[in-house]
Amino acid sequence: MNAKNRNRYDRLATWFFGINGWMGIAILLGIFAMLVYNTIAFFARVSPMDFITNTQWNPGAEGPKGLYGLLPLLISTLLVTFGAMLLAVPIGIGTAVFISEYTSPRVKNILKPAVEMLAAIPSVVIGFIGIVIIGPGIAGTFGLSNGLNAMNGAILLAMMALPTIITVAEDALHAVPADLKEASYGLGAGKWTTLYRVAIPAARPGIIAGVMLGMGRAIGETMTVLMATGNALSFPSGFFDSVRTITATIAIELGEVPHQTTHYYGLFALALVLFLITLTVNSLADRISHRIRQYH
Amino acid sequence: MKEKKPDLPLILLASCTAIVCGFLLFILFHIYSQGAGTINSRFLTELPRNGMTEGGILPAIAGTILLTLITAWFAVPFGIAAAVYLNEYAGDNPSTRLIRAAVRNLAGVPSIIYGLFGLALFVQGMHLGTSLLSAGLTLGLLSLPYIITTTEEALKTVPNSLREAAMGLGATRFETIRDIVLPAAVPGILTGVILSVARAAGETAPILFTGAAFYITGLPVHPLQEFMALPYHLYMLSTQHQSIETVRPLAYGTAVVLVSFVFLLNITASVLRSRYRSQIHL
Repeated sequence: MNAKNRNRYDRLATWFFGINGWMGIAILLGIFAMLVYNTIAFFARVSPMDFITNTQWNPGAEGPKGLYGLLPLLISTLLVTFGAMLLAVPIGIGTAVFISEYTSPRVKNILKPAVEMLAAIPSVVIGFIGIVIIGPGIAGTFGLSNGLNAMNGAILLAMMALPTIITVAEDALHAVPADLKEASYGLGAGKWTTLYRVAIPAARPGIIAGVMLGMGRAIGETMTVLMATGNALSFPSGFFDSVRTITATIAIELGEVPHQTTHYYGLFALALVLFLITLTVNSLADRISHRIRQYH
Repeated sequence: MKEKKPDLPLILLASCTAIVCGFLLFILFHIYSQGAGTINSRFLTELPRNGMTEGGILPAIAGTILLTLITAWFAVPFGIAAAVYLNEYAGDNPSTRLIRAAVRNLAGVPSIIYGLFGLALFVQGMHLGTSLLSAGLTLGLLSLPYIITTTEEALKTVPNSLREAAMGLGATRFETIRDIVLPAAVPGILTGVILSVARAAGETAPILFTGAAFYITGLPVHPLQEFMALPYHLYMLSTQHQSIETVRPLAYGTAVVLVSFVFLLNITASVLRSRYRSQIHL
């Protein structure tokens, strides 16, 4: 091949790779634009105030108008996520500390793949476990007729958030410089004091980032909550109530509604709310973990 | 000398770890012990019969494999090209930091939103309808950020001396990438690709509206057909079927096949990774 052709190929390749490089931004903007476009169509039919303040989501009610209240779905999502974090944060951080500080490399080589395996289990299988195990378990323990409720969803989402929290927190603890810990031992501190006063505070940004990423995952999870929380359309009052999250509502209703109707656009408005929440949570996590990189 | 007390923190931390491992073992044990009885050659090779209450899940297995192939076929070239741009061409500047932030955020976008995007873009926008192709493209978008990130990591492990040597011999940048950098990074890229595709194979939410069907007669043969898939099949069998208790064994069997498929891909990836690591340290 002559030099002229080679250079032409090289310039062509530079263009090709450059276009692909910007694809990430293009897709993110594309998703955002698609959601905003459909949400605007929704707000042309239902006022944004109704969407935010109405306490009922019932698109079939009141004839063609329907009730499009975000609140019960948002509260359900937050309730289930909060419950999941209540379980996953202590267990996840505890496991990360144990793996990072107390285990030999050999045990580490068993535990870390185990965590990866937990992450690899498809969400629909976790949801199935919620139906056949956790649900009957909750019903039996608390004397309920039905175990498909917010508590079930919270337990399952905790399982799904745990691998993220453990992996990111363990990385952060691992990255704490050894001389910090050695200085602490040198001053006469014990293992636990060093851990509690030196290693964990030093790794705190990473641990928080892990928790937030896990939370983002829990908020956006669809199949587990769809299968295990009962999907009742009412305002939840506690963990024993059946709830219907934003994600489950989209999954249930989008398959049934005729396209290009108010109801259809309403589901995109819900998706936009979900998108903005997870984007915020993930960006904050990103910011925090960026701060650690500057430290080390 | 301090007196020896029971190490309370250690017990606490160990029990956290035990809970996590217990979860995992319990899930796997339960599914495999309940589903083992259902798995036989007929379950794996027959079409469903009698309103899904009997017969096998061959169409769902075939659907998931085809779907996975379409996902990879679409996402791999674009994902690798994007990673090459980020690592080989662009360097570290404000615009690539923006791109990387976008890619990380894409990885955090809920899968159901990918489903909506696929519905709007592929099913309606491109008129592909609810089909194997639409669902595969949707899952391709979903796995793109993972493929970009893992490929970039793989490219980072290629020593700069290799690039400098190639350029020093007069190779253009493109030739260096094509003949030197990419071949050296293949094991790492392959590991990432398999892991990303395994994730996509287990996803249900993105294929709900883009082409998955509860029942189709026969095997998927055309990319513009609706299709059956293992995760969607498990979802329908366990929540939507009219006689849920009767089909419970089939649901367990489907779960076993799905989990085995995903784990097989994951194990392949980690074997590849460990081989590659031992090569580097030689």
